[in-house]
Amino acid sequence: MASRYIANTPDEQKRMLGVIGAASLEELLVKIPAKARLARPLGLAPALAETDLIRHMKALSARNADADSHVSFLGAGSYDHYVPSPINHLISRGEFFTAYTPYQPEASQGTLRTIYEYQTMIAELTGMDVANASIYDGASSLAEAALMAHAATDRGEIVLSRGVNPLYRRVTATYCEGPGIRLRDAAAPDGVTDLAAAKKLVGPKTAALVIQTPNFYGCLEDVAAAAEVAHAAGALLVVVADPVNLGVLEGPGKLGADIVVGEGQGLGVPMSFGGPNLGVFAAKNELVRRMPGRLVGATVDRDGQRGFVLTLQTREQHIRRAKATSNICTNVALCALMATIYLATLGRRGLVRVGELSTAKAHYAALRLTTVSGVSLRFAAPFFKEFTLKLPKPPERVVTRLARQGFLAGVPLKSFDRGLVDCLLVAVTEKRTKAEIDAFAGALEKAVA
Amino acid sequence: MGANAYDKLIFELSSPGRVAWSLGEADVPEADARKLLPENYLRKDAPALPEVSEFDIVRHYSRLSRMNYGLDTHFYPLGSCTMKYNPRLNEDMARLAGFAKAHPLAPEALAQGALQLMHELAQDLAEIAGMDAVSLQPAAGAQGEFAGVLMIRAYHLARGEKRTKVLVPDSAHGTNPASTAIAGYEVVEVKSLPNGEVDVDALARTLDTDVAAFMITVPNTLGMFEPRIVEITELCHAKGVQVYMDGANLNAILGITRPGDLGFDVCHFNLHKTFTTPHGGGGPGAGPVGVKAHLEPFLPVPVVTKNGDAYALDWKRPKSIGKLQAFWGNFGMLVRAYTYLRTMGPDGLRSVSDNAILNANYIMKRLEKDYDVAVPGPCMHECVLSARRQKKLGVTATDIAKRLLDLGFYAPSTYFPLIVEEALMIEPTETEAKETLDQFCDAMIQIARETETNPAVNHDAPVTTPVRRLDQTKAAREPNLRWTRRP
Repeated sequence: MASRYIANTPDEQKRMLGVIGAASLEELLVKIPAKARLARPLGLAPALAETDLIRHMKALSARNADADSHVSFLGAGSYDHYVPSPINHLISRGEFFTAYTPYQPEASQGTLRTIYEYQTMIAELTGMDVANASIYDGASSLAEAALMAHAATDRGEIVLSRGVNPLYRRVTATYCEGPGIRLRDAAAPDGVTDLAAAKKLVGPKTAALVIQTPNFYGCLEDVAAAAEVAHAAGALLVVVADPVNLGVLEGPGKLGADIVVGEGQGLGVPMSFGGPNLGVFAAKNELVRRMPGRLVGATVDRDGQRGFVLTLQTREQHIRRAKATSNICTNVALCALMATIYLATLGRRGLVRVGELSTAKAHYAALRLTTVSGVSLRFAAPFFKEFTLKLPKPPERVVTRLARQGFLAGVPLKSFDRGLVDCLLVAVTEKRTKAEIDAFAGALEKAVA
Repeated sequence: MGANAYDKLIFELSSPGRVAWSLGEADVPEADARKLLPENYLRKDAPALPEVSEFDIVRHYSRLSRMNYGLDTHFYPLGSCTMKYNPRLNEDMARLAGFAKAHPLAPEALAQGALQLMHELAQDLAEIAGMDAVSLQPAAGAQGEFAGVLMIRAYHLARGEKRTKVLVPDSAHGTNPASTAIAGYEVVEVKSLPNGEVDVDALARTLDTDVAAFMITVPNTLGMFEPRIVEITELCHAKGVQVYMDGANLNAILGITRPGDLGFDVCHFNLHKTFTTPHGGGGPGAGPVGVKAHLEPFLPVPVVTKNGDAYALDWKRPKSIGKLQAFWGNFGMLVRAYTYLRTMGPDGLRSVSDNAILNANYIMKRLEKDYDVAVPGPCMHECVLSARRQKKLGVTATDIAKRLLDLGFYAPSTYFPLIVEEALMIEPTETEAKETLDQFCDAMIQIARETETNPAVNHDAPVTTPVRRLDQTKAAREPNLRWTRRP
């Protein structure tokens, strides 16, 4: 059976073999020792015709709850934000999505220009001097920041707030294993980092203090105060921030952060069951030559015309090999393009509006949900678009019951923090309506009764 | 400047007051977010983002896209990158709401379709590579390498062995030594034979109880199958050394031979190469990693498991190396690769490698008179030529690459592998038709002729692209990494 993805016909194969001077395809495999050959066909499911395959895929996808089939209050690092229509259409242009990394700049100016725009927008939002072309996701961006802080300061410890997403902390631990960087936890007993306690942990061995704002519990951290703690000990401050919030919240760079990382999924990237995401990475100028990942810079061509290239490549693995600042090669360029088009669409005022609407609706939801008997806010600290509820019934069971009513109620925190077995993390984006929130509160009332 | 000339950045289109977004009014009582949040946490001024219309955006990015050569518009013979056609069905399937709009932390009972897809894909990849288990979590090949090396490290440590070195051939991709170094190992480069093969005697002398792993690409980066590979893996195992296969070149061996059967303990897959997920101008990709049974306890968490008809995420794996990204992998890419596997089936996959090999050999044969062949064929899925003959006439691999852009082709990989002088690494893939290969070969032969008769045309190239050769030195010496308004 001919495949629609392979052009050569049997007749063409024969003619090509004739040019090569081989009698058969088999003759081209002479260098593979007989004992290394697979003597049977691969044990895979047989090929499906397109219509049958679509039916199969639709059946699989229908077994998942999604943000269309349910009203979603899920967050914890992946959010159901507004995605303007042009994004999907523009990234689907073959010139963008079928291009390779722009190693031949003259034939890649489209991609290079969009990355340069992306770097500019991310640097602006985070309040930093420079942003790279992307890392895989927020968690791996944080891990790279830890490695960079270690290399920049030549110090062996990183102090991580317990307010940082536990999944991010886990990824950071994986990356710090090889270089032997010691990770120390700073407590966040009241939903925000205890900076007085952190101050005792941050010392001459500390490469960086890491906080997240809003943090995993939804609470806002005092970035400026954390910067003082870090800088007093000669350590760097790394801030994990969600760029979609930075229309309203101050860029962490303006408050003293040395490196800002985060998850950019909210900037027009589909949730897609957790990936691909968009690892945002931005830093101060003095750290640029230690940065991981690709950087695009402006230059001129032979005729003096403006053009763009990958630059400062001596940091990277394909040049520096074992001494590279990072092993990253493939990044998430197309997700960065989604974010670029998103930020161009929302622009100066739209991004502010997204943040204002999310905040207003989240606060309304918190107020409304805590009118349910036995339900309360777990932490008193100010929050942004996400908050931690304490429930009178086991959150897992509440979530299951609410799913039957069409709500994805939130993330039970038991598996993330044993101290929060009775807690549910609820996220409210600008997409939720008052009617949905009211209905959710009504359903919650029944579920915990 | 031609009709397609365009030199704008989105910021330069901004006109205060224009909007491209549509968000409703707040429908909740307390709508002023600024009263709900502490003032000192708030941004003082609105961010300096562009103010443009929706049509401004559509036209701007459409025009920018036309400044790219994509695989859809141009033959892309980039060696080692497997630039094969990206099926549109894959794109449609990845956009089904049940996949694209699924949240990673939805209750498992409401994510059974996604988990089933992951479970089946992992099993299929294990079968293709002859491995016992596969983790889909690594986001790209380099992260797959990193995970693989960390598993090897954990394995040795669990056996009470503290080995400190990893051997990597001098022909390896740059990510191999970089990933290994980040995993905490000293990287020892092993010299290849002039034909790109492993110097087995030299390797045997280097292997000792301090070596944790040998990392090697099969077929190698010269496009050749390593003839003594089984001997090599046995030699390594005799010294307790784990053997890692960089799976970048898997497109050459589907259904022909399997890394696991060759004796490899670990290998990674680039779903954005062999399994048709798009390259996206640099990513996202996906770099699943497969292991033999003895390394299975060390896989990243969570692992997708199946009990009866129910799929679940298993976190209770005390020996795991941990996590690589926040969630479970680049799921959107996994959907595309799964769709491709179900489209092709076992016979289709075998035919992929057969035709990829045929196409590469055809190119090598047609160009062998005009360029030096790095190693005599037959090759596998790619061939490496050297422009050393042209260089003597003053035309380098870079010049040839740039001239190809003018003749309507993207360029081969150049100056890689490092062990070949003026390397041109050409990988046509199975999805290209004979007439495209012929056009490309004709262009390459034309360039060889021009090198003898009119080298200036190669030095001047490219002249048809949106910009001409760019000043890389200026870019690095005076970094300009973000746009600022011209004063």
